[in-house]
Amino acid sequence: MLRTTGRRFKSAHPCPKLRDVEPAVAPPAAAPSARGGRGVHRFANPGRFLRFSGQVLPWLAAGGIVLTVVGLFWGAFVAPPDWQQGQAARIMYVHVPAAWLALSGYFALAAASAAALVWRHPLADLAAAEIGPVGACFAALCLVTGSLWGKPMWGAWWVWDARLTSMLVLFFLYLGQIALIRAFDEPARGYRAGAILALIGIVDLPIIHFSVVWWNTLHQGNSLGLFSAPTIYISMLWPLLVTALGYSLGFAAIVLARLRAAVLERRIAALLTARAMGAERRPARGGTEAAGLGAG
Amino acid sequence: MNVYPFIVASYAAGILVPAALAIAAWARLRRASLRLAAVDPRAKGNIIRRKRGQA
Repeated sequence: MLRTTGRRFKSAHPCPKLRDVEPAVAPPAAAPSARGGRGVHRFANPGRFLRFSGQVLPWLAAGGIVLTVVGLFWGAFVAPPDWQQGQAARIMYVHVPAAWLALSGYFALAAASAAALVWRHPLADLAAAEIGPVGACFAALCLVTGSLWGKPMWGAWWVWDARLTSMLVLFFLYLGQIALIRAFDEPARGYRAGAILALIGIVDLPIIHFSVVWWNTLHQGNSLGLFSAPTIYISMLWPLLVTALGYSLGFAAIVLARLRAAVLERRIAALLTARAMGAERRPARGGTEAAGLGAG
Repeated sequence: MNVYPFIVASYAAGILVPAALAIAAWARLRRASLRLAAVDPRAKGNIIRRKRGQA
């Protein structure tokens, strides 16, 4: 459908009358195409994502399992005890990677939500929906192991410290996003509400990170920074980094597997819907046409 | 205070939580793959071809 307007659209139509008209729906400037595309847009195509994730998933899972087992064994039996905290510092090898994954998982969740709101691609919606529960589990793991660390060190399971409280808020943000997605009858509205909450909640990430700097907290300060030398001894740093890398690969593998499953479930639903609609139409057409299955 | 129960509990949680997530994700993916193969014959054909090492 074409319409003529004052603002002309240059086209290469063979007919001179139709060459300088504007299409009613302007072509999107950076729409992800099935064949082409750049950057993350390439994986916005479900078929391409399934092929890519199928190749990457076994390597991520294997790397995650091996590095996590090695890192946890190293931290539990090989690394030296802390001169101040003693053996209780070994809890750090679980607690700190879980906290990092909870934070970076939320950042990934917010990025997927932003992509879903801007480009409205269903794969970004699905990614946000699948990252949420995994990130919530890692946030819960961080809180539980922190509590298990706090009892012998501070004498209390929980204190309303700025770091602990902001981490608890992050856990509730995860829960809120999960609940909002499932709160609407129409899935698109749920995804949109969850994405907005995820984007609002991203302000909690710098608060968590800088809470030990901004306020006088019971929680110890940061031992590692991107732009500063680590204040942790090297024989304790290595198992921490290995466990963190193993957890990160495992986190990515779990999210990819869940996302693959979600894409396949959506495809199954589309096929069953198409089959049911075809079965409904058949009597009207004399029952001669076979029900068409949706393309995969 | 003996800290070893706290350490054991932390490591148990640190192994069990990711393991439970991984097993649940793997089971869900397998269930979806099998269901798709049952619903769509072409997907079933793809899975069989993949098992035989064909393109």
